[in-house]
Formats: sequence, structure tokens, C-alpha cells
Amino acid sequence: MSDGIGARVKRREDKRFITGKGKYTDDIRMDNQAYAAFVRSPHASARVTNIDASAALAMEGVVAVHTGPEMKEDGIGDIITGWAITSKDGSPMTCGVWNPMVTEFARYVGDAIAIVIADTQDLARIAAEAVEVTYEELPACVNPADALKDGAPQVHGNVPGNLIFDWEVGDEAAADEGLAKATHVTEIDLINNRLSPNAIEPRSAVAIFDDAEDHYTLYSTSQNPHVARLVLSAFYNVAPEHKLRVIAPDVGGGFGSKIYIYPEEIACLWASMKTKRSVKWTAQRTESFMTDAHARDHVTKARMGFDADGKITGFKIDTIANIGAYVSLFATATPTYLYGTLASGVYDIPGIYCNVKAVHTNTAPVDAYRGAGRPEATYMIERLIEMSARQLGMDPAELRRKNFIREFPYQTPVILQYDSGDFDACLDKAQALADVAGFPARKAEAAARGKLRGIGYSTFIEACGIAPSAAVGSLGSAVGLWESAEVRVNPVGTIEILTGCHSHGQGHETTFCQLAAEKFGVPIDNVKLVHGDTDAVQFGMGTYGSRSGPVGMSAVMKALEKVEAKVKKIAAHQLEASEDDIVIEGGEVSVAGTDKKMAWHEVGLAAYIAHNLPEGMEPGLKEGSFFDPVNFSFPSGCFICEVEVDPDTGETEIVQFVSADDFGVIINPMIVEGQVHGGVTQGIGQALTECVVYDESGQLVTGSYMDYTMPRADNVPSFKVEHSSTPSPTNPLGIKGCGEAGAIGSPPAVINAITDAIGTDNLQMPATPQAVWMALQSAQTSMAAE
Amino acid sequence: MEMTGEHLIAAPRDVVWEALNDENVLRACIPGCEELNRISENELHAIAVQKIGPVKARLEGTVELVNLNPPESYTIQGEGKGGVAGFAKGGADVMLTEVPEGTRLTYEVKATVGGKLAQLGSRLINATARKLAAKFFDNFQAHLNSADAAE
Repeated sequence: MSDGIGARVKRREDKRFITGKGKYTDDIRMDNQAYAAFVRSPHASARVTNIDASAALAMEGVVAVHTGPEMKEDGIGDIITGWAITSKDGSPMTCGVWNPMVTEFARYVGDAIAIVIADTQDLARIAAEAVEVTYEELPACVNPADALKDGAPQVHGNVPGNLIFDWEVGDEAAADEGLAKATHVTEIDLINNRLSPNAIEPRSAVAIFDDAEDHYTLYSTSQNPHVARLVLSAFYNVAPEHKLRVIAPDVGGGFGSKIYIYPEEIACLWASMKTKRSVKWTAQRTESFMTDAHARDHVTKARMGFDADGKITGFKIDTIANIGAYVSLFATATPTYLYGTLASGVYDIPGIYCNVKAVHTNTAPVDAYRGAGRPEATYMIERLIEMSARQLGMDPAELRRKNFIREFPYQTPVILQYDSGDFDACLDKAQALADVAGFPARKAEAAARGKLRGIGYSTFIEACGIAPSAAVGSLGSAVGLWESAEVRVNPVGTIEILTGCHSHGQGHETTFCQLAAEKFGVPIDNVKLVHGDTDAVQFGMGTYGSRSGPVGMSAVMKALEKVEAKVKKIAAHQLEASEDDIVIEGGEVSVAGTDKKMAWHEVGLAAYIAHNLPEGMEPGLKEGSFFDPVNFSFPSGCFICEVEVDPDTGETEIVQFVSADDFGVIINPMIVEGQVHGGVTQGIGQALTECVVYDESGQLVTGSYMDYTMPRADNVPSFKVEHSSTPSPTNPLGIKGCGEAGAIGSPPAVINAITDAIGTDNLQMPATPQAVWMALQSAQTSMAAE
Repeated sequence: MEMTGEHLIAAPRDVVWEALNDENVLRACIPGCEELNRISENELHAIAVQKIGPVKARLEGTVELVNLNPPESYTIQGEGKGGVAGFAKGGADVMLTEVPEGTRLTYEVKATVGGKLAQLGSRLINATARKLAAKFFDNFQAHLNSADAAE
């Protein structure tokens, strides 16, 4: 069937998106709607000694000004984190308290002090400027590398030395032994640059309190409305779950930043109850830069040892992870179980040890962003491997091949057990696509034009569809990570698929429906996806960590199989045949080897009319499933990047970028290619242009697109994307997930290519023209000195 | 933000020193100054409107004159709060030297900004500060010229 698995079905949701008919949170307009604006701390660390709202309240059209202490008095809970980490000495982690609005201490620039409610958006913002807050400024701790030093300003009184946890994974003795017997050790000092997620749609909330029903509705830019409802209900005490409906309508990108339940949604819900008005808030871009959870921000020292044959003998990692002023929902899992557990990469390494110290600083909270921990791990491993090849005088691809894991399942020394993959196949394919053999000629031709041409590899693996629930629970997760689905066949035969996942750019409305087209041979136009509304879908864990394919679609497949079983029973009964002989194909339900058949919709109708069903069968045709995988899925791949650097300006042009991925079974190759394009572009952004900068006093100085540089079309080449698939054995569809791979694998490929071009490994991201030029000068100076 | 500069002012050093300590002169010469009033011998209360890039801030604060060494040098320091627009604080060491053309004024400014001014304006602050300094000295010279003419 043309719309089934493997078909390049055009994205059905795009018509409304590209014709301006999408319905986003900010498009929601309620009667009696008021607007919120937040008063925010201009200081990185300060005690709020007074809030004078009289001038704001005197303005006509200003409804209310409410503050953190009032919120606390009303019993609104503090913001929680979803993953408890245990330090290596067995002690539980220590986190600072996060009041949704400041009760006494403001701990980063942007910390919310008060919410102002007014009749119009402009008025709310003007009134917020009129709220006079008196601050007693305090010293700020800004740089994560300084946070653990003696005498560093303390971000939270209850977190001594700013240390949230001191975690380890792997076997230190084995890693030390491996490094001790190595004939060569490569060392690296890395900063994984701090990023801002920059979804094109800013965060937004519309909170509606119905005082007749004592019921709340929240429209929210959420990747996981059910998790939002659970947390708002169970921890923030807004309302019990049956009195709180969360709707995440069209959402314009998330990349992780819309997983979390932020102070603004909580404050809007509470303010809606206080004012008896619907309250809308939409972030301005600078607010997004200030308050959307940032990403990455690691300081790492790592050492990798090799024997004389080029086999890795040991690997040791020390990382300081900046968590920011408060511990966001998945902030603790990201630099631990999504980072250290990936330290084996695609390599067979006998001894690995990873130590991560997570610290508070007076900066915005840092949490998961496209890749979450895995880009940091991949960047470290793949830069080390490339540097090692250079230091050992080996071909970088050959050094990788010498160390590839080739037998599955493979138990890494860092918890994860890889279940499948063929790393040689991806590398072979990428090398062929990139015409590696022709590189020396291209380099010479570039040199004739005065350009430095370089080539860089990244052979990566990552872990998606984080699961199973019992295992993540044992590692500290507060929630299970299964997914639910429901399949409703209507009496006319059309199908609605309900999922707890949420689509905010991934194209679920297309791909999820392809499963029903595959299973029953019905046209995709007869299938609809329902998602993003806690009143419509019973429960779900949402979309992040490339989980919607391996986990969410698997739940849909399980529910489809249950529908299939019932359809066969009904058809067998009506057609007087054995259900084993019933075949569902091309929109028809027939008895194999006969001309007896029913149209698909006739079975649906029969199920609901219920005049003639098998003895004891309940009417209707609706089935659900909760799918909890037995393991993560492990997408892998090889990226090869070629760059040309202008030695006069330091400007880098990416002239070729090829990807050969193993995503397991692919539902829609066109959408998967789009995910790779987007992910690689974000990775190129991290490698070349993006960096959040705070000055030494904790002022955010990258608060707009004038200072925070997003990758643009002219930063990226036309990508060559191909696949080399081994199906995942851990889910019924064989899917591995593709949402993050591009952002995970691409930064080291780009930097390895640049360092190859300029002849020095002394380069940190982002490799701006200035950074590359400086590296080039220092390399030339040191060469001249030699 | 750090900025140094020097200006030749066509007036004797005593005149320049006096003008630099006269709140009426300063009020007239500081670009965007709405209010400047002496609140004690060496303290002034000031309100000034400044536009840095996309941020328009009405900064209100206290300016203090310290390290007074008439008529050679002083340090001017202060902090202005601009509400949601943020804040600016810092100081300037000002030195006056007698030269044949009149007086050479040299200054060293160290300042920091916070809030919106930092988020949106940090890249523009040096350029804006230079522009403001140039404007101030233009105004200052014009004021001295007109005062001279009036005599």
C-alpha cells in the first residue's frame, strides 16, 4: 500500500502550517481575556527587599500585581526535578529550592519577581516596568569551572560549595589500569558551549479558570501536556487532575525546551484563579533567551589510552556540568544517565570511568536540548579519536575500525547494553558518499585557490526511547517512560489514532497514520491523529529523546494489532469462516482463497450496530495499549564533513556534509531526512556560531539575535543523507529514532574537519572566524618556534 | 565597558574645573539629562534618558564626586536604575592638565550595565558611550565659548 511503512507521504499538517492556518497557543482568544507580563530580576544574585506595585496598580486597565510570597501563601508548590541522582559516596543530591516566583532571593537574570495582569498585552508590559523592586545586590557565581572553588559565592544556602551531586559511572580501577598500560595517551580539555534552544514559537500560556466548575484549562506550548498536568496537579497544587485540562495545540518547535513546566504557566493558572480572568502570556524573544532552559555547558578533561596496535585501553573523564540557578525537570539526568552512559561510543573499551560534578551557578536553568547529554559525550569521544589518529599517525577511519564494536548484544562498561548496529556499514557508506578517495585532489585544488580544506569524521551512537520504566526508576527517574495509544475505528470505517506523544514539528500526523494505512490498507486520508489534549487522550509521557517512534508508534502498533484481532473475529463470524483465514488488505476484509469479503467500513459498521456479533463480544471497535520497551534503542551512524577555511579571515565554509545513519526501520524517509537536515543544522550551529554568554557579573549579553548567532542557510551545504539500517530488536516496528542524531553526531565532524584544515587541535566551539583565525595564528607561531 | 579618551578644551584649567563642578553646566551638557540636582556637597541626584540600541532607558540615580583634587582631578561615580530596562553603574577618573591651547582633559571610564541594557545593548555600549562622550564635550566646549562671549 502506497501510504504504509516506507512511503514518502507528504506531511499532511503542512498545509495549515504554510498557509497560516496553524492554531498556536497565542492564537487562542478567550472572552474576558487579560494579559500577563513578568517583572524580572536584572541582577544575577540579589535579595528582594521591597516590591512597590502602587504605580502599576494605579494605571487604568491594570488588573492585579501578584508576587512570589503571595503564591507561596496560597500553597502553590515549588518546582520539582524529575530525576534523583545519587553521588558516588552514596549520598542523595542536594538542590536549591525553586519557588515559581522569587520569595526572597533572585538567583539569575530573568528570575520572575512578580506577575502583572492587565487588559492588554502592551499595558501589562508597561505596568511591569512601573513595578519598583528594591534589590540588595549580592555576589554572583557565574562560571561553572569556578563554582566549586573555595570562596565562590553560594547560589543556595542549602547547597554547600554549589555542588549538587558528584556522580560516577564505570570502573575507575579498570580505566586507570588501561591508561597505565597504554603506549599513547591522548588528553583533551573541552568546553561544550552553552546553547539557547530557540524554538521559532516562543513559549506561551493561556490559563482559563472556570469558577462555576472550579476547573482550570491551560493552553500551553508543551511537548508533554499529560506530564504538565500531572506535575501541576501533584506538585504545584494548582488543581486535582480531573479539574485541570492541559491542551498543547500546534507547537512551533521545542527541541526539549518545552518539556519543562516553567514558572510562567504556574503563575498564569494561579493568577487566573485570583483575578477570575483568562490570562494569556507570550514570551518576548529576549525573555526566551533569558528563561528558556539553556543547554550543554560542560567543562571536561578526558584522557584516552591506546596500545601499540591502536586499540583503546582505557578512558577517563572528568566533567563539571552547569545546572544553572535551579534544577529543571530533567537537568540531572542529562549530564549523567544520558552522558556518562554513552562514554563507550561505538568502541570496544575495556575500562571507562566518568565522573560528573553538577553545579549551581547564577545563570538560567540548564536542561535537555536536542540530544541531551549525548552530543556532549559524542563530541568528547569523537574529538579524542580524531586527535589520537593524528597523534598516532593513523588514518582516522582505520583507527575507528580497529576499535568498533561488532558483536551484539554488547555490554558497555557504563550500564548500557547495545542491542544492534553495524558501524562498519555506516562508515563504508559515508566514505563512499563523501568520495574520501578524492579528498587529496580536492584539498590540492582548494590550496591552489588559497583555501585550507579539511575532512572530519564522526561515528556516533546514541540512546533513544529511554526505557524500560522499571530500569529508569531504579536509576532515579520519578516517572515511567512507556507510551500509550488508542485506536478508534468509527462506524464508517475511518480511524482515529490517539497518542500520548506530541507533535511539534516531527510530522506525527503523517507518520503515525501511515501505521494504520500499513496495517489495514486504508487510505491515509481516512486516518486522523489525535494528540495534545489531556481530555482527549487518557495519558502519555510526551515527545522528547526521539521516543515517539520507538515507543509511541510501537504503542500504536500494539493497539492496531488488537483492532486487527477483533476485526478478524467479527469478519469470521459474519462471513462464516475461521478467523485464521481472514485477510485484511487494501481496505477489504476477505476469506483467503474465496470470494467472500466485506469492505473495511462494513466491519466497522457491524461492530457498532452490533446486530450480529460473535457470542459474548462487546460492541464497538476501539482498542488501547501501553507499550513499555525492554531497552533503549540505539541509533548510530557516520557523518563526514568537509570544510574550507579562509586563512586570511578564519571563515569556515562547510562544502560537503554526508550522513549514513542507522535508524532501524524507517516509516517515512522524507520526514527522516528532514529530521537529519534539521538536527545537523543545529549541530552546525553549535559548532560554528551559537553560544550563550554571561558577563562576569552574570549579565546575559546574548539576549537577541544580534548577539546570539543562529545558523543560516548559507552556513550549511546541501546534505547527502543515506541510511544503512539494522532493525531495533526491542520494539515491534524495529524503529530506533531519528530526531536527535543530527545534533548529536555533527559538532565533532565539523570541528574535526576544521582542525584538520588548520593543522591544530587547539580549538573550542563555536568555531567563529575569530576563533579559527586565532587558532591558525597560534599554530603558525608555534610551528615557526619549532 | 572601559573607555579612555582625552579632549582639548580651549579654556583655562580653573574655568574648566569650575564648570565641571557646576550642576547647571553639567545638566545642560550631559546628553539626555532631565534632572541634575545637588543633594549634598559632593552628591548629585540625576535622571537621564539614554537610548542604547533598541533599549530606551530612563536612568535615575545618585552621582558622587570623590578623590577631589582641585583643580587637577576627581572621580565621578554613580549608579543609575532604569527599571525594567536595567541599570548602569560605574565611574570615571577625570584629569585636567594645563597646556598651551588651554586645558587637556583625560578620562578613564569603567562601567557595567545590567538587565535589558546588557541583553540587547552590550555590543553597542562602547559605540554609544563614545558618541555620548563626544556629544558631552561638544556641548561643554560650546557652553564655555558662550559663557566666554557673554562676559
